[in-house]
Amino acid sequence: MNKFASRFSLLMICIVHLVPFYLLLNMSLKPLTDTSSKWKPSGAMSLANFASAWNEAHLARAITSNLIITVCSILLVVLIGSFAAYPLARHRTKWNNFVYMLSISCLVVPGLTILVPLYKFMVDIGGMNQYWAVILVQVTFALPLTIFLMTGFMGTVPKELDEAALIDGCSRFSIFLRIIMPLLKPIIATIVIVLGVQIWNDYQFSVFFLQKPEVKTIPVALSGFITQYHSNINWVAAGCLVAMLPMTVAYLFLQKYFIKGMADGAVKG
Amino acid sequence: MPSSQTHPIHKTQTAAKKGFVRKYFQSASALNLMYLPALILFGVFILYPLAKGVQISFTNWDGYSQNYTWAGFKKYTLMFHDKKIITTFKNTLIYGLGSTLLQNLLGLAYALFLDRKIRGLGFARTIVYMPVIISPLIMGYIFYFIFQYDGGALNDLVAVFGKEPVDWLSSGPRAVWIITFINTYQYMGIAMIIYLGGLQSISKEYYEAAQMEGAKWWSQFANVTWPLLAPAITVNIVLNIIGGLKLFDVIVALTNGGPGYASQSLSTMMYNLYFARQDAGYAAALGNVMFLFICIFSLTVLFILRRREVRM
Repeated sequence: MNKFASRFSLLMICIVHLVPFYLLLNMSLKPLTDTSSKWKPSGAMSLANFASAWNEAHLARAITSNLIITVCSILLVVLIGSFAAYPLARHRTKWNNFVYMLSISCLVVPGLTILVPLYKFMVDIGGMNQYWAVILVQVTFALPLTIFLMTGFMGTVPKELDEAALIDGCSRFSIFLRIIMPLLKPIIATIVIVLGVQIWNDYQFSVFFLQKPEVKTIPVALSGFITQYHSNINWVAAGCLVAMLPMTVAYLFLQKYFIKGMADGAVKG
Repeated sequence: MPSSQTHPIHKTQTAAKKGFVRKYFQSASALNLMYLPALILFGVFILYPLAKGVQISFTNWDGYSQNYTWAGFKKYTLMFHDKKIITTFKNTLIYGLGSTLLQNLLGLAYALFLDRKIRGLGFARTIVYMPVIISPLIMGYIFYFIFQYDGGALNDLVAVFGKEPVDWLSSGPRAVWIITFINTYQYMGIAMIIYLGGLQSISKEYYEAAQMEGAKWWSQFANVTWPLLAPAITVNIVLNIIGGLKLFDVIVALTNGGPGYASQSLSTMMYNLYFARQDAGYAAALGNVMFLFICIFSLTVLFILRRREVRM
């Protein structure tokens, strides 16, 4: 393929993939009265739609909810996951291999298949509309991948490190905290990105367990807003744009880590 | 008490400290306490609900009342005669297999094309990958603007060519393929990145050797690239099948399972049975079947692909 054809195909790929975003941006800038074609650039740019979407969908509150749930879940996942992986990687008895297999097989359980009993259970333990309950569910479903990645990674850390520290009188637990933990940084980064994106965007659990307005996350708040105002299509566009903004900005600044992290998580998962 | 360490210094140290408890906490087995929190979470939020779900599926529980009666296998036999459920299964297979096929074809084509040195490559990769990090729910809404009947972006284009506007989402089978297409558009970036990684890990020497023997592009692809990409293909196929079979958010945003029940997936159907039709027993039964279906399906595919990798 010659250079010109390559360049041209590259340009076409970019344009085709950007079309949905162009339409979204264009629509969110048009005033409600402007019913011209969605392709036609908006003449009078107005930010009124954003203000309406921001207020009507209560996005400020939703972003707070999202931050609380995502940050707490990720912290817990990294902590519980690395704790669980250490004995599984270092102390390979038959029983521990069984525990490892059990954790990994939870990887194939799609969360929604146990929706009915899980929902009933949440009601029974008073977990509806509670951050702690959703966080625990998110952590549970994020753990299998975390344990899998962490156990694999710890296998590459030389055992001699542990043995040397043990001889020097370090307790087993502090070996983990002081020697192993600091070495896990690369795999922790992968986990934070892969599961951070997943939990931040989660709709399937949040829509069932977070129904009170005060605790709704971004996708739940947005879907409620859209059901109510679906005829104000420009508001909907503005709402979508604002809702996807935090993750998109993070991605554009850290794209190298996002792309590498998510590919690593997928290949090793 | 298990104590696996026999190093002299360690031994004298533990001996100096009295008591079983101390001794236990110094032993290697004590480390097993570290996975207790994870096991408790699995037990409480996965294994217990799984078992409870089996129990609920044999009842006619409506989802909220205190009383329910035993229904035996009724919900399961009902399922295989329920036309809506059969459509749902068909759709789920299209979502799973259709998007797997499209994502891999497009992902591989893009990777082959982008695996070279031209300006703007990084930019293109960023753009193609971007939808991956956006909520699939939002992606569904964005595409609603495109496929909408009244003033949708696609119908605006149709009008330019002087044709009558089409109600894209009014036909079930078409809606199913549109949803498959959106899922492909959103996640093909992952396939592309994994294939790019696979391509870059193939040593250039193979291609040089092939060129020396006068192999054309196609023969290089068939004899070098394709076999050496086998691990990347396995990962992509398994990942996309599981993702496609679980599809939920996009459908809720775009058609909500409509028209009628024509674009429901197993996930949305279960949601519908539970909350709209308040037939928790039926929903639980469908959940169990879906669980078995996804597990067996993805494990079989994984098994076949791994064997293929070994053969190649």
